Amino acid sequence: MAYRDEKLSEEKVFKDPVHRYVHVRERVIWDLIGTAEFQRLRRIKQLGTSYLTFHGAEHSRFNHSLGVYEIVRRIIENFQARPNWDQEERLLCLCAALLHDLGHGPFSHSFEKVYKLDHEDFTQAILLGDTEVNKVLSKVEKGFPKKVADVINKTYENKLVVSLISSQIDADRMDYLQRDAYFTGVSYGHFDMERILRVMRPMEDQVVVKESGMHAVEDYIMSRYQMYWQVYFHPVTRSAEVILTKILHRTKELYEEGYTFKLEPIHFLSFFSGQPTLKEYLALDESVVLYYFQTWMEEEDTVLSDLCHRFVNRRLFKYIEFNPNAQMNEWMELYKLFVKAGLNPDYYLVVDSSSDLPYDFYRPGEEGERLPIHLLQPNDELKELSRLSDIVESISGKKRTDHKLYFPLDRLEEMSNRSKTKKRIMEILFDKE
Amino acid sequence: MLENHAKLMQFFSSTDEIIGRKKLQKMIYILKKCEIPFEERYQFHFYGPYSEELTLRVEEMCNLGFVSETREEKKNYYQYRYRLTDSGREFLTHYEMDLPPLNEHIDEMNGRSSRFLELVSTMLFFEHLPKEEIAEKVFTVKSAQNYTQEDIDEGWKFIKYLRSIH
Repeated sequence: MAYRDEKLSEEKVFKDPVHRYVHVRERVIWDLIGTAEFQRLRRIKQLGTSYLTFHGAEHSRFNHSLGVYEIVRRIIENFQARPNWDQEERLLCLCAALLHDLGHGPFSHSFEKVYKLDHEDFTQAILLGDTEVNKVLSKVEKGFPKKVADVINKTYENKLVVSLISSQIDADRMDYLQRDAYFTGVSYGHFDMERILRVMRPMEDQVVVKESGMHAVEDYIMSRYQMYWQVYFHPVTRSAEVILTKILHRTKELYEEGYTFKLEPIHFLSFFSGQPTLKEYLALDESVVLYYFQTWMEEEDTVLSDLCHRFVNRRLFKYIEFNPNAQMNEWMELYKLFVKAGLNPDYYLVVDSSSDLPYDFYRPGEEGERLPIHLLQPNDELKELSRLSDIVESISGKKRTDHKLYFPLDRLEEMSNRSKTKKRIMEILFDKE
Repeated sequence: MLENHAKLMQFFSSTDEIIGRKKLQKMIYILKKCEIPFEERYQFHFYGPYSEELTLRVEEMCNLGFVSETREEKKNYYQYRYRLTDSGREFLTHYEMDLPPLNEHIDEMNGRSSRFLELVSTMLFFEHLPKEEIAEKVFTVKSAQNYTQEDIDEGWKFIKYLRSIH
């Protein structure tokens, strides 16, 4: 029997708190799960620094990847024998679903920002390079790794296949919303996925939803909206993210200045000085990063040691709402006052915007922007969701941005009460002495 | 503060207005590919390279009053127009921007259709591939747009010209 068709002698199941069971029958999938690159995802948290806000949010990209695979498996089960669906694409879909997050690094959002990297490039490199994953995929057929890479890169010719993994109602989102809700313990993020899966229909170049399933989709969009504000945009998580980003900036800056670290940051050197190789990239997971943060708490550079201490021991920055347009003059004054107070404003006075976060809202879009969710009407016509749903329409028009100013209140409070600088800083920040 | 927003405001200040979100998305992507240091990250989507970060940043600038957005209803979609406001111009006076002048690039791109800019940005997305493979890839992922080899040749000429501006 060809490797691509090989089945395990017995179905394997993973117990899963979100989907109850993740079912694996294919030998290829089982082998992929066992590769070093996929197992590495156990050491990358799905929600980055959110565990400092929601103590349960310790789940990993490994859990999520299995979840996305399971959802796609169920969708395809429903698609069998429907028009527009090609069963020959099944294994490709399952592999792409399982491997779609393979290139994520430790705290990837901050790392990518500071070191100008893109995890999508590393996903491609893992799929196509000299890796265990590539060896498994190549056994299916010579061009198979490239096909999987194209699906994940969204450049595969069959757009229906792409839309299962990446569209505004895809398996990725359906898993992370439910999983993140479960592990953070919030009561948002729940929706009737079974219903959505039942009313999904394959079209030539996208997945659509029967109009009768509109209310289930509304619930999904509402969950998404609430999860952004309650979990993903949580100001305390953003504070941890701000500190993490500043640690990475500081270490890079010190390295470029020729600073001698007590413990040479060997795992970071290739990140400081350009493009890390795939091997170097894969060697840096969150356990390694946190080890460095622990050791950097003892560094002589007070900014670095202080920031690491804050991150490791959760002494986060405080924040206030901030309007960069109305408060531009205050910002400039604060910048000078922080210098006067001996606090480097480049590290201790930070404006964080919602666009600095990696999550997205539902967008009905204009022509040619991003493919919206389409409802299939009884007369076989397609209509964009917000044109039929008042709920989605009203959410789509809502203001969805905000800006916050982060600073170390503890350091300001330590200053003498007689200090005019402190007095003025407090006046600006809190409109009081 | 808001350095990436300021770069985008600099972009808007270099032209009277930008019509269409799709056009805006493709213009910033093409400028990035011309080594203009915009930081917005792009992924390939149904209609070519698209940046959610850019969309959200523009939304923020509109909410802050730095950029004005006008919505016009078309048959099956909405079309948006963007202009830098006086507040945006005032904000920019606080920044020393290291961006090169963008007027010429923008004028060139504004004079082209969004369909053509979609083609050019898609070609640039696959730029790491050999030229003949790029054409093949464009015909595959953009089959609905019915681009011709002449369109692609014109796209290369356009890219060469844009890159020769500075």
